[in-house]
Amino acid sequence: MKMKALARQYWPTIVLFVSLLAIWQLAVSYSGIRAYLLPAPMSVLESLWAPEVPWAQHVWTTTWEIIGAFFMAAAVGVMLGVAIAWSPLIANALVPFLVFLNTLPKVAIAPLFLVWMGYGIFPNMLMGALIGFFPVVINTAVGLSQVEADMLDLGRVFNAPKWLIFAKIRIPNALPYILSSLKITATAAVVGAIVGEFVASQRGLGYVIVTTQSSMNTSVAFAALIWISAVGLALYGLVVLVAHLWAPWAEGID
Amino acid sequence: MNDRLIDLDKVGMIYEAASGPVEALAGISLTVGMGEFVSLVGPSGCGKSTLLRIVAGLRPATAGTVKVAGRQVTRPIADIGMVFQQPVLLKWRSILQNVLLPAELAGKDASGLKKRAHELLEMAGLNGFAEKLPRELSGGMQQRAALCRALLLDPPLLLMDEPFGALDAMTRDDMALELLRIWGETSASRKTILFVTHSIPEAVFLSDRVVVMSARPGRIAADIRIDVPRPRTIESRASEKFGRISLDIFKLLSNRTEATTVAA
Repeated sequence: MKMKALARQYWPTIVLFVSLLAIWQLAVSYSGIRAYLLPAPMSVLESLWAPEVPWAQHVWTTTWEIIGAFFMAAAVGVMLGVAIAWSPLIANALVPFLVFLNTLPKVAIAPLFLVWMGYGIFPNMLMGALIGFFPVVINTAVGLSQVEADMLDLGRVFNAPKWLIFAKIRIPNALPYILSSLKITATAAVVGAIVGEFVASQRGLGYVIVTTQSSMNTSVAFAALIWISAVGLALYGLVVLVAHLWAPWAEGID
Repeated sequence: MNDRLIDLDKVGMIYEAASGPVEALAGISLTVGMGEFVSLVGPSGCGKSTLLRIVAGLRPATAGTVKVAGRQVTRPIADIGMVFQQPVLLKWRSILQNVLLPAELAGKDASGLKKRAHELLEMAGLNGFAEKLPRELSGGMQQRAALCRALLLDPPLLLMDEPFGALDAMTRDDMALELLRIWGETSASRKTILFVTHSIPEAVFLSDRVVVMSARPGRIAADIRIDVPRPRTIESRASEKFGRISLDIFKLLSNRTEATTVAA
């Protein structure tokens, strides 16, 4: 029954996807377009497992960078959001600075990271975190402040201390907002990790794409793209799942 | 019943708005006896809700003195239960956990009050709903849960700010009857209730006294004793006395509101 419903919802997607692949395959086979310009889907598929590329190692590296970026952005974002909601003084000090930071094209900072930190996984994590933390700050601060005035009066009647109001009312109230911003962070972490690898790396899926430029091995570049989107989709799906389990009362908040 | 629980003496309230100071309340002198049910009625913006919050110590009066149980109110007083127009339940907590919230906020042992919370829910006709989330309950049921929450710590004073204002008319009448039953209108240990409402029949049906307020600045226009016998039933609403008192209050209010509408 459930399978039937799923099939009914997604058959147009599947039909579209399969026909595009078929057209692509036929176009490449019959037009004689050269493989380094546009490889056939079948050869991309083969490249996904091609033994000459150590895929496992690259996927592993990039996955780590994305996960690190994601958790750094989440932790720093939530902490800053709480600080902003906690004290107007901190908010006045931090918000203009964060807005300034957010207007910088963060991608342009990546070469600086290379100068400061050299090669490695960490600067790439940091790049992802830098791109992904801002929405978390904003959503955390908003979620913490969107509490009914009457509810806060209730807290005041019982002389509840500020930290208790945060723990019992404000933070749970902010949870759906935070989880919603983490969906954006999940995709931002992928962008950051790949950009970091473009600029400086010896490993990872971004590195694979850069190297195919010189080797003209376009089907490997396509395969790397598929791996990147697989990792990104998995992370996004996990965030959606966690949001569903953790804040079931907030379905449809975004 | 002669003990004064609430004692307001020439209470005034002026607040600063963008357009300058606004006088919300002026010269409010009012006493409410222990176990009395007193309603405040008046046009929108007459400061009824503000007055309720002044009694709770949530907002300071700018003139006069406010005493509850003989003590001057200068900050929020813990010995009250509050019910608002909206149920303001925490969406992520079960009904039981919502009812237990005051204990947690007051730093008391919530698990020790579980039995009382269950008793309150049963009394409010909500047994079987303790583990449900607020969104699974109707508006009227949510408001009953909010009433249970207000009663958890057994406060001698209940402050209710248009608690049935967001409900449909039929649920509203049911809730008024329910409130009287839960309040235990004929028992000696009944709580003192200060009740803000827009509805004249509701105020007359529930109250021992109805305090009629005029609009901006809010003043007491009349303080009317409702000598309709208790326990009150649906039939009470049909009595000649009920109709006469309601009409008197209606006339009082319509005169005042007309005057202020012209002024505004």
